[in-house]
This record gives sequence, structure tokens and C-alpha cells, in this order.
Amino acid sequence: MSQSKVGSISRQDMINDLLGKYGIGVVMLIMMAVISIMEPAFLTGRNIINVATQISINGLLTYGLCLSITTGGIDLSVGAQLALTSCMIGVCLRDGMPVALACLAGIGIATLFGFINGILIAKFNMFPFVVTLSTQLVIRGLSQVISNGQAIPITSDAFKEIYSGKFLGIPIPIVIFVLITIIMYLMLHWTRFGRYIFAVGGNVNAAIASGISRFWVLVGVYTISGILSGIASIIFTAKTGSAQSNIGIGYETDAVAASVLGGTSFAGGIATIPGDILGIFIIGFIYNGMNMLGVSSYYQSVVKGCIIIGAVLMDMVMIRRKR
Amino acid sequence: MSEEVRNAEYLLDCENISKSFGGTHALKGVQLHVKPGEVHALLGENGAGKSTLMKCIIGLLKPDDGTIYFDGKPFQAKGPVDAINAGISMIHQELNPEPHLTIAENIFLNREDVRGIFLDKKKQNQRAQVILDNFHMNYPAQTKISALTLAEVQMIEIIKAVSTQAKLIIMDEPTSSLDSHETDRLFEVIRDLKAKGVAIIYISHRMEEIFQICDTVSVFRDGTFINSMPLKEVSRDTLISMMVGRKVTNIFPKVDCNIGDVVFKAENISGKGFKDISFEVHAGEILGFSGLVGSGRSETMRAIFGLDPLYGGKMYLDGKEIHNKNPRDAIRKGIAMVNEDRKNYGLCLTRSIRENISLPNLPAKQKGLLINRKREKIDCEEYASQVHLKAASIEHDAFSLSGGNQQKVVVAKWIMANPKLLILDEPTRGVDVGAKSEIHSLMCQFAAEGLAIIMISSELPEVMGMSDRVIVYHEGSISGEFKREEIVNERVSQEDILARAFGA
Repeated sequence: MSQSKVGSISRQDMINDLLGKYGIGVVMLIMMAVISIMEPAFLTGRNIINVATQISINGLLTYGLCLSITTGGIDLSVGAQLALTSCMIGVCLRDGMPVALACLAGIGIATLFGFINGILIAKFNMFPFVVTLSTQLVIRGLSQVISNGQAIPITSDAFKEIYSGKFLGIPIPIVIFVLITIIMYLMLHWTRFGRYIFAVGGNVNAAIASGISRFWVLVGVYTISGILSGIASIIFTAKTGSAQSNIGIGYETDAVAASVLGGTSFAGGIATIPGDILGIFIIGFIYNGMNMLGVSSYYQSVVKGCIIIGAVLMDMVMIRRKR
Repeated sequence: MSEEVRNAEYLLDCENISKSFGGTHALKGVQLHVKPGEVHALLGENGAGKSTLMKCIIGLLKPDDGTIYFDGKPFQAKGPVDAINAGISMIHQELNPEPHLTIAENIFLNREDVRGIFLDKKKQNQRAQVILDNFHMNYPAQTKISALTLAEVQMIEIIKAVSTQAKLIIMDEPTSSLDSHETDRLFEVIRDLKAKGVAIIYISHRMEEIFQICDTVSVFRDGTFINSMPLKEVSRDTLISMMVGRKVTNIFPKVDCNIGDVVFKAENISGKGFKDISFEVHAGEILGFSGLVGSGRSETMRAIFGLDPLYGGKMYLDGKEIHNKNPRDAIRKGIAMVNEDRKNYGLCLTRSIRENISLPNLPAKQKGLLINRKREKIDCEEYASQVHLKAASIEHDAFSLSGGNQQKVVVAKWIMANPKLLILDEPTRGVDVGAKSEIHSLMCQFAAEGLAIIMISSELPEVMGMSDRVIVYHEGSISGEFKREEIVNERVSQEDILARAFGA
């Protein structure tokens, strides 16, 4: 299936809807239009699927960051979590463990460190920035310890299938991403826990006075961020075909960027999963589009930085308009 | 110029000062005359305008009208630093010195001794030590502020004010954190200052102290100046009636309901700011709590609701003993509390009205793992209309609402929780007149439905007009209790309640 032509009326409706709810959606459409005019190959079904596969890793990390930012914190450890899970899986597979068990071990250790982040933040009232900045060092150090600092080649084809394989014709990373997106959407917008995340982030005193346990909300949020990094690392490791302790450096930046572009407010208490999806795609299109246009990676970094600043500025203007 | 020079008899001479915030007139043409070397008490109920006037004097606020003369010349400070340079220092009720700085550094903050571009710590410490010795403070000047008690910090603030060569020192409730011995020590210092010709404006709710240390008193009420006279010529009762004075013009919709069984009972409970409190409240009853701000009423309720720890005592709900470790415990057992601090403890302003109303009530709206959003919406709309919420849609942010409507959202959320005991702390503070009377009607309606209601209010007419019984607090203890019949039959007046609040 190639891309379907959208009728003028429905596109108009779509633009209005996006403008109302997510002004950032308009930014994405303009971006897509500009890139596709300059490079027609951009808007082909093959390329879009390519982008969707690539963004699945950042996408999962973004949801984790979105949750922590919404509670008024941040999780800087997600990049290091990628490395630790990767090395864990590499070691397990090398020692002949079945793929499923190796994956579980990988997710398990990422979940454990997410939980530790949560406990340090919730129980001891430490600043999330400081906690995750420090645990990030611990986590990356541990990944070097268990891998001896060496890349561990992965020979299991079954494992590599996780990236290259297809389910009903759809690349498995996209399937995972869509599934997690649905779960995150339901969790944030349709469950008690999601409401409590918003309440703790919006006004922690009012949340406590309404009978909410700040402790469990924060522990839950950072643990989920750990689980998501673990799953992201499985895709990452399957993609590269080797387990390395130096992967994922700077990945938290892209996740913060996507999250903030998607309307997650650093002031806390405001976020939507549909917004995050747009943010994730915008970051994906920036990489993909600039690669296709042959922009040097140095400039890509400059552009990305400027876009984050622009998004935060927009967020502040929106908040000020509200108050 | 010469006509601008005022009677040199007064050090501070405020004439006809007015200040309004939005539609509320906080000060309506008030005056205040302070002579050099006198201790001048400023008296009035909460909200009488005392703090507003002080803020105008030290430049935190700019009066809309009127003139302030200081030392015979017109004076309008642009800010506290300006005021200090002119010779006016204020010691605020809530002290905020930098805890990690030393005594010397605090005293000389913003006017440090320097040699070139470097601080001259040695000289500064020596100068501070001289001042400390003069005040018989047995501390080296290098001691960190964090090592001092609250009373000592208070003393440092006073020393700081004195060391700026202040001619006028404003003290706002200076003894609220001091014990009697420390208070005596403060009074010695005040007498010393007086002898040196320094004038002091002394704001306090404690009558005994005012009679003990002050020379003159000015009384404010509802933003107007009532009277000023030497304390020798006035009795405590006269002062109280001057403070209250107003007629009860508000009409309260209180209807008598059937008062049922005891719902909640506190037995000798103690906590931060209150001690040995016992009371009970019945189904269908509105129990009013009166007293001065800081007398321990809110602290008692916070502890009952589990927001603060309880040091001792027992609580019973429907005859069963309860312990509330946190608000969740209290809510589960059927206690709800509308906090006096709506912005901090009432609402998540960035979230919708619907989410705010349903926040403590989500377990009941659950269908499997998910929230039944349809049910939630219908219920929230029902409760929003029950409290007469004026909003275009319950999907709007709570932020977009007026103070009165925000308060209605808080009330709606707790009524939806279907509590047995509803605690309302200052339910109509910052709420416009219309919404206020609607909230009063709702209280009566809830009481008629058999809810037990506790209402804290600093507004005497409200407490007297709405309560079946009034408990009066004074410094963390119950100092009086009055029944509705006594109030309705005018056997108990506002003066009586206020006298109890002042500890008579």
C-alpha cells in the first residue's frame, strides 16, 4: 500500500483539528511538505515505513520521559539503560540462554534500575535530575563491567528477527511501538494511575490532600520508564546485531525533544500521548529528511537543538496565555 | 516646601491613606501618627488593613491616595531597601534569614564591610561581636544562623534592624514564636530602644502584651481608622468593641436541622500548634471554630485529616476509633476537608473541572482496569450543577474559573466522595458575595441531609450566623464554647467571642 491521497475537505478538517489541539501537528505537516518538495522520495510508503521503524526506539524512550516530565521530574538514565539491557542480553545469549529469557533478563534489569530511581526520588525527596544523572553513570559503568567493555556479537538469528522480521507484513518494531502506544494511551488517559500522574505533576499538595500516594505514583512512573528503555534496547540490539556498552549516548536528548515537542510541559501536569506521537514523528522526520537532503550531521544537531528551544518557548507562551 | 514640612511632633505621620485591590478597599483613608520614642500598638481583626498599611510604609505597596510623612518630610519608599536607608525597618512575622550565613553576615547583609573588592570578614565579625555583646547575646558572630533557635533568630532580626540606625521599627507579631522568658527579653530590648528615642509599631493580637509594653494604641477595622488613644485611658473591653464594632448586616440562611448521633469525636488530641483538644460533632450539625489566625484551628483539622501528624489523643468516627496516617486513610473512612489554601491544597489548576471533581472519587468510577469516562462525565456534571457551578463546560481548565467557582469545584469533589464528616476551613475566603451565600446555602442543605460539618472561619458574623455551636480557640486550646440559642437570643455577642479568642 502506498500513501493514500487525502481529500481536500478531510485534510482541511484534519488541519483544523490539529491546529486546535496540537499546533505542533501543523509544524509537522509543513515540514513534511517542504521536505517532500525538495526530495520526492521522502513521501513514499517505503520511506515512511522506514522512518516508523527507526523511530520506534526513540518513541518508547519518549513515553518514559513524558511520564517523568509530567510528574515534574526527568529521567536522564534512559540512554544508559539501553546499554545495560543490551549488554545483559548479549551476555545471556552468548551463554546460551533462550531468546525470550534473555529479553526478560534485559527488561528485568532495566526495570530494577527504574525502580531504584523511583525509590530514591520518592522516598528520599532527591531531585530527579541529580538522581538520574548519577544512576546513569552507575548503569553505564555496570554495562561496561558485564561486557568487559567489549562489543559482544550476537549470533542468534531469532533475536535479530526482532528488528528485521515482519508480523502480518509489518516490521516488528512498528508492531511493538503501536502496541506500547495503545497501552500508554490507555494508561495515561483512561486509568486512575494516569490521572494521579497528572495530579501529582499539576499540584502535588492537592494530590496528597485528595488521597493520592505521591510515593507510589513516582515509583510507578520511573519503573515504567525503566521497562520502556528495556524494550527499546531489545529493538536497538537486534538492529545493530551486537551488544555494546557505549550505545545510547545522548538518546535522552531526542526523547526529551520529542516529548516537549508533543506538548509535555516541564511545569508538570500537562501531556498527551497523541501529542507525543507527533513529537516522535517530527524528530524522526528531521533525521530522515535531513539525511535524504544530504545535510551534514553537524548541522542536524544544530537544527535539533534549535527545534527544542522553539518547542519550549512555545510551551511557555501557551502556559502564560492560560494563566 | 515649607508647608510640606509637618508637625515635628510625629516621626511617622500617615494621612488619609487609601489602597484597593481590584474591587476591595483594603484601606479607606486611614491615618497613623507615631511619635519618636513611643511604642505604638496597632490593633484590628484579621483583614482590618494593618499589614496593608505597613506594606505601604516600607514600600512593598504604593498607596492609591494619601501621604506618608517621615521625619517631617513626605516619604514614599520604592522598596524595603529604600525604607531601611531612610530609617524604617520591619521585622516580619515569618522570618526568612539565610540559614547558611553566619550571624555577622546576616546582620550586614547588603552592606558588607569591604576592602577593595574583597569582603573584610574580620572587621565585619568584630563589628557584629560588639553589637551582639551589647545585646547580651552569648554567641560568636561566626555562628551559623541554622544553629540558633527561632527566638534567637528573632533577636538577630531585631539587632539587624537596630544596627541600621533605624528610627522606626515595625514588629509584626514578634512574640508569636517566643516563650514567656524570651518575650521578657524582647521587652527589655524594646524599652532600651525606646530610651534611645526609637519608635516602634507593635502589631499583636495579644492584649496582655499590648498593655504591658505599649504607650499608644490605634485601632483599625475593615480598612478604616477607628480611634487612637493612650493605653492608660482605655480598657480591654473598649478595645475589643472598637475592633468588632460592625453591625451584622450579612444575612445567613442557617436553618435548624435535626441534630442526630455523634459522628466524630476527638479526645485530648494534640499536635503541632494545639494541645489537649476534645470535642464532638453530630450528624446534621454545623460546628463552627472561631479564633485568631494561628490559634491552632487549621492545624487541628489538618491533623484530623491526616495532613499533619497527631502527637497524641484519640479520634472516633461513628463510635469506632480511627487513625489517619495520611489523607487517603481519612477519605476512605469518610472524612473530607476543604482546605483554607485552595490554590495549594484544593485544585490542580492545569487540569479540567471534571478531573478535579473526580480525583478522590476515581475508585468508584472504575470499570475493570479503566475509568468509566461516561459515568464520570455524567456524575461530575450532576455534582457541578448541584453546587451551582458557573462554567461553560466541565472540560475547561479549573484555572479559567473565578475564586468562588473554584471553591465550588472543591466542594463538589468532596460531596461526591459522600463523606460522613465534612471539614470546611475558611470556605468563603476570597469568594465573592453571591458565591458566598450559595456556599452557605449548600452547607445547610448538606447538614439537612445528615452530614456532620465543621467550619473554621475568621469572620465572626459567619461563624455566628452559620453554626449550631461555636468553639473558640486561643493559643492552641479551646477557650470557650457557645450554643446557637445563646447567640440567637443575643446572650452571647461578638465581643464575648472575641474576648475568648484573645484569651480572656
